[in-house]
Amino acid sequence: MQMPDPDRAILARKDRIVARLHQVLPAHAVISDEAETRAYECDALTAYRCPPLAAVLPTTTQEVSDVLKVCHDEGVPVVPRGAGTSLAGGAMPTADSVILGVARMNDVLETDYDNRFIRVQTGRTNLSVSGAVEEDGFFYAPDPSSQLACAIAGNIAMNSGGAHCLKYGVTTNNLMGVTMVMMDGEVVEIGGAHLDAAGLDLLGVICGSEGQLGVVTEATLRILHKPEGARPVLMGFDSNEVAGQCVSDIIKSGILPVAIEFMDRPCIRATEAFAGAGYPDCEALLIVEVEGSDAEIDAQLERILAIARRHNPVELRESTSAEESARIWLGRKSAFGAMGQINDYMCLDGTIPVSQLPHVLRRIGELSKEYGLDVGNVFHAGDGNMHPLILFDANKPGDLEKCEAFGADILRLCVEVGGCLTGEHGVGIEKRDLMVDQYEPDDLEIQMAIKDVFDPKWLLNPAKVFPLDASATRRIAAE
Amino acid sequence: MTPEHETEVADMIVGATGALRIQGGGTRDIGALVEGDVLRTSGLSGVTLYEPGALTLVAQAGTPLQDVAATLAAEGQRLAFEPMDHRALLGTSGNSTIGGVVAANVSGPRRIQVGACRDSLLGVRFVDGAGRVLKNGGRVMKNVTGYDLVKLMAGSWGTLGVMTEVSLKVQAVPETEATLVAEGLTAERAVGALSAALGSPFDVSGAAFVSEDGKAFVRLEGLDSSVRYRATQLQSGACQGWSVVEGDKSAALWRDVRDLTALTGGDSTIWRLSVKPTDAPAVLQKLGNPNAVCDWGGGLIWVDVPDELDLRAAVLEVSGHATMVKASEAMRKHVPVFHPEPAPLAALSRDLRAKFDPRGILNPGLMG
Repeated sequence: MQMPDPDRAILARKDRIVARLHQVLPAHAVISDEAETRAYECDALTAYRCPPLAAVLPTTTQEVSDVLKVCHDEGVPVVPRGAGTSLAGGAMPTADSVILGVARMNDVLETDYDNRFIRVQTGRTNLSVSGAVEEDGFFYAPDPSSQLACAIAGNIAMNSGGAHCLKYGVTTNNLMGVTMVMMDGEVVEIGGAHLDAAGLDLLGVICGSEGQLGVVTEATLRILHKPEGARPVLMGFDSNEVAGQCVSDIIKSGILPVAIEFMDRPCIRATEAFAGAGYPDCEALLIVEVEGSDAEIDAQLERILAIARRHNPVELRESTSAEESARIWLGRKSAFGAMGQINDYMCLDGTIPVSQLPHVLRRIGELSKEYGLDVGNVFHAGDGNMHPLILFDANKPGDLEKCEAFGADILRLCVEVGGCLTGEHGVGIEKRDLMVDQYEPDDLEIQMAIKDVFDPKWLLNPAKVFPLDASATRRIAAE
Repeated sequence: MTPEHETEVADMIVGATGALRIQGGGTRDIGALVEGDVLRTSGLSGVTLYEPGALTLVAQAGTPLQDVAATLAAEGQRLAFEPMDHRALLGTSGNSTIGGVVAANVSGPRRIQVGACRDSLLGVRFVDGAGRVLKNGGRVMKNVTGYDLVKLMAGSWGTLGVMTEVSLKVQAVPETEATLVAEGLTAERAVGALSAALGSPFDVSGAAFVSEDGKAFVRLEGLDSSVRYRATQLQSGACQGWSVVEGDKSAALWRDVRDLTALTGGDSTIWRLSVKPTDAPAVLQKLGNPNAVCDWGGGLIWVDVPDELDLRAAVLEVSGHATMVKASEAMRKHVPVFHPEPAPLAALSRDLRAKFDPRGILNPGLMG
């Protein structure tokens, strides 16, 4: 993965830049010592690392604005960072950049149950947003797997999803307003406690813009009352095709489960060895969860089970207690850890039309043989968001490159069948150079033109999302 | 001009020498008046892909909304966001197109449960003001590949590009619907009850107040047994003493809310306000308690007010905005139809338009 060469003039001005940052921030909020900046050298895409010039940890929108003014004035690239859990390298710095971390901005600013929103500083973690309203029976719906650690700032930057978005939508469907600081330090307010913002849908563009348009410091988020209960059912099938058909039939039946999760045999075996959840040894396994009162859950599951039975399942496991429900989820929730136990892995998140599921799984199996790398599939089947986990050995020369080539082939396959490169993780640096497989040059040009409007000097997270050669003239002109 | 292919749209835009008025079915004549040649999308028609098992439909932008609805109904599905039919209110005729619905981000009562039109929109193809054929998004439910122009195009009223194809997430028609109804409520009591219902675990899919007779409505949809259960629960909580209307009667009632039957037929100016739901009673009071339909739990207010009244002054104190949906030509010439934005946002919007439409020929000035 190539990154642009750092700007030597900026590296040479480090002392002056750090001194100017100190002028606008308390001493403890500026990190410039080489041993300490190392903590910010990567995010969850750990294969790539580079310590930044400095890192700053402001606590207010005003401080964020002051920092951006300094960086704008000095022409220093800024890489915004939430909790650093990006799997796509969205928060990876370059040597000539300043990391702007919002982790210390984690206050709840306003909670309003009558109007069903919460306003928070964006360094707050996803799970602690729900935590702030839980006692009153409410929750914040988007639930990325990293929700214990990931920050709302990163969720907004990547438009994060989660297991339950089949019913509740992803971040963009639950974001009502933001306070955002532009690269030149100007603070703008978009949307708010009302349901739709005036004018063009700027909020829609900002959500998912990977920290390239502005730094979001505060967010108004939709909260919902928790359902009375939820219960999963587990189904095992002897082929991926049949499991895929079952998913399609459930969706077509008119019942909307909150989650439909899918695991294939390699993944089932790995999680069994790791977590011992008691899953059947079969080709494909589905976990379907529905919500409501006990009687409502019974009524929905009755229909779902009737559909499943038509597909001759090798196993149908209902839950009669909270313990049994937890056991059904246990394997799914430990799938990533189980695969990690076997070897290093790379997690992809291409999305495909549900109807293409059997074809894509078969093709991934063939590619796995060609590359000689094992792959397990665990994913959100209801919305076609795949998560192939490719196993490789980071210590074996050439294995990472082979794994990346395999991953790129899978993502091209997703695009080929009518899907996309990334469903919820974002492009970052990881999928940057594959963008040409999904978009024509003009499609990328209009997206880059949007960045021109928000950040004319291309200082915010500049070497991400767009292929380096596509963005080169803009980045160089900005220097 | 009525192009029949995307390439013709591009040719016409490249060849245009002046302003173009972009039109779908012409049923939503909203916005500042635009002078120019009409470019109609009605020639771009037909459902190109429909996968009921994946809840996705792709259609040419000029496809009549009624055709989309019929295609979906044949499989027991529908558009989740329940777009309003503006014809009776605005006195227009013709057939609404799916592209027009998207361009105006038309979202009905179910918006509080499933989101707006923009939340169901998965992908777009469009031709921008320079004649470039562009696409964004796709036909899958989750897609974060690059910037989300899909949302930007929804509600851009033809000012950023001419949409040629849209891809939408659809929804299964539920087994049953029922509505809890109350009468003789003040706006304050009604909005209080709607907030309580929306803040319950009972998955409300409509929450409205109609000022005439002080009627309030709360809709439930789903499996028959579930709707009954939730109605009973709400009747012993947020909606105590409310009666229940079921099936077709419930559906008819929500069509009236959606299409603003209570405000149809008069000559006065109709405004659409988007506010924090609990601000609705105070806003109505400041406006002198006019004839109003409050949807989205109070967050969407439609009012009928005399021309002289400076409506925006009344809502400026609260967070929100106002759109002048129906007005005389004189009013549309002198009063901004869309709410003027704060300077920094107005600058961003202006600069974005200049990128998409460098010659300023697509519905110029329509949004202000």
